[in-house]
Amino acid sequence: MDVRVANVRKEFDRFPALHDVSLDIRSGELIALLGPSGSGKTTLLRLIAGLETPTRGAIYFGDEDASHRTIQERNVGFVFQHYALFRHMTVADNIGFGLKVRPGATRPPKVEIRKRARELLDLVQLSGLEDRYPAQLSGGQRQRVALARAMAIEPKVLLLDEPFGALDAQVRRELRRWLRDIHDATGHTTVFVTHDQEEALELADRVVVMSQGRIEQVGTADEVYDTPNSPFVYGFIGDSSSVPVKIEAGQVWIDERPIGLSVPAASNGDATLYFRPHDVELLDGCSGCIAGTVVASRRVAGTRRVELEFGGHQQRVEIELPVEHPAAQKSRVAFRPRRWKIFPQEA
Amino acid sequence: MNTAPADAGWRFRVPSVIPGFGLTLGFSLAYLTLIILIPLSGLVWRSAALGWTDFWAIAMDRRTVKALEISFGTAIIAAAVNVVFGTIVAWVLVRYRFPGRRIIDAMVDLPFALPTAVAGIALTSLYAPRGWIGSLLEPLGIKVAYSPLGIVVALIFIGLPFVVRTVQPIIEEIDKEVEEAAATLGASRFQTITRVLFPGLAPAIVTGFALAFARGVGEYGSVIFIAGNLPYVSEIAPLLIVIRLEEYDYAAATAIATIMLALSFVMLLVINLIQAWSRKRYG
Repeated sequence: MDVRVANVRKEFDRFPALHDVSLDIRSGELIALLGPSGSGKTTLLRLIAGLETPTRGAIYFGDEDASHRTIQERNVGFVFQHYALFRHMTVADNIGFGLKVRPGATRPPKVEIRKRARELLDLVQLSGLEDRYPAQLSGGQRQRVALARAMAIEPKVLLLDEPFGALDAQVRRELRRWLRDIHDATGHTTVFVTHDQEEALELADRVVVMSQGRIEQVGTADEVYDTPNSPFVYGFIGDSSSVPVKIEAGQVWIDERPIGLSVPAASNGDATLYFRPHDVELLDGCSGCIAGTVVASRRVAGTRRVELEFGGHQQRVEIELPVEHPAAQKSRVAFRPRRWKIFPQEA
Repeated sequence: MNTAPADAGWRFRVPSVIPGFGLTLGFSLAYLTLIILIPLSGLVWRSAALGWTDFWAIAMDRRTVKALEISFGTAIIAAAVNVVFGTIVAWVLVRYRFPGRRIIDAMVDLPFALPTAVAGIALTSLYAPRGWIGSLLEPLGIKVAYSPLGIVVALIFIGLPFVVRTVQPIIEEIDKEVEEAAATLGASRFQTITRVLFPGLAPAIVTGFALAFARGVGEYGSVIFIAGNLPYVSEIAPLLIVIRLEEYDYAAATAIATIMLALSFVMLLVINLIQAWSRKRYG
């Protein structure tokens, strides 16, 4: 089922949580809403579910305007960060709940509900636990039950709110792979919210990067990582370093010196240069580069992170070097970003 | 250490390394003995002096049986009514914000503080045939004051805070997400309340019931004003005990008290077992 969010605005007590957000979600897609807390990602998810009503705008399921349908009618599967299982019901009763509360005409017989619960438990790899109570399960198992419960009603869309947020790193990684498998097997249109960029990039077909109630960028993992379209996305996704620069005559300047990067299309004025710390080219001599004194050097996993001080204003910038690289021993390092982007200074 | 086989029977669980187990247990036992156990065993001791035949005769006396029936019957009915309305009051106080909420919240505790005789007199003057409410009910043929119904009304007043104060914190703890989960799964509001929320509240409601019931069984002050105290009709067991005392029939008084004690203990024990069972299930 396609889901279309059209010019949605949401205010809480006159405070806008979402400004005019539009998003097309294609049928069968696995999409991540990624952003820091307060970016509106959970609000957007809850609006799709019908747990909130938009102040303005509409949400379409297929061609139908769903924004004024009740939660019950929308038929969405929603998975909460803290599972929200019914603790007085067994696992099987939890999963069967959505079917049991259907009106008589569409309610499957008891045996059928039980059978469906068992099938779903097999799918989420918890076979044999149907008579346990939620309190007897681990966090990861509970979240699987919550997912099975959401899928039992054959939802049009599956919505997950920070599904792995409350779990430890190991279980998280495991469930991530497993969710991808389940998605590929069942083909539900799935939207999940996360503040973990690694999770979003690894899992989703497309990532929606959000900040301060707005969508900053929508794209595949490659697109948002390699060609961020705003300083926010550059800073939020992956590591980045930034340096204030000046644009003049199609060249990038730092402290009245060109650094060997040309920007033919850019207009003159102050700007900021963004690049990935690991995506730099080390140079020996320096005619057109950034050169600075090493002020700090830290070993981070497989690389060495070096902080350089340069220019008259003692600006600092971080780059990454291979561990064995001789430059790390030197007191002065010169480099030029290999891949970079210039964003004009905001007025 | 805790993996002892199930058939090991009764044994102390090894207390944690944090000290205090011996001291607090010793204090609790000494305290309970002084305040509760010694007076109660004195009661049993006195009535035991009566001998089995005499005890049985007092116990099976029609007036005693009737008084016990009235005491326990009205206490159960009042506790049941309080469970329904107390839960609703607790729900309203937790879930909704309205002007005067804090005042109503404070008012719930008044029956705790008010001398029960005052409550009894106030209720009697309201529900008496000439009272504000009594005069409205009389044409309908409903007699509240000076009847068992009056006892129930007094006990509802006395017991309400017990239910509200036990259920309220549990309602506050209800995870909003659980309700939302039920709604996304297609449950109507009514289904959410009956199938999801209510079972979660049940243990607290049972506790509230037990407290309101226990309070109702022992209530004296408010009831004697509104009940009319007709033997066989609206005479409660605590009053009968006082009557026997005034007749210097101490043996009969302690016998009735012992029967009340035993009945109350059994009922509260059953309620506690139900709770232990439900807690085990729902964790």
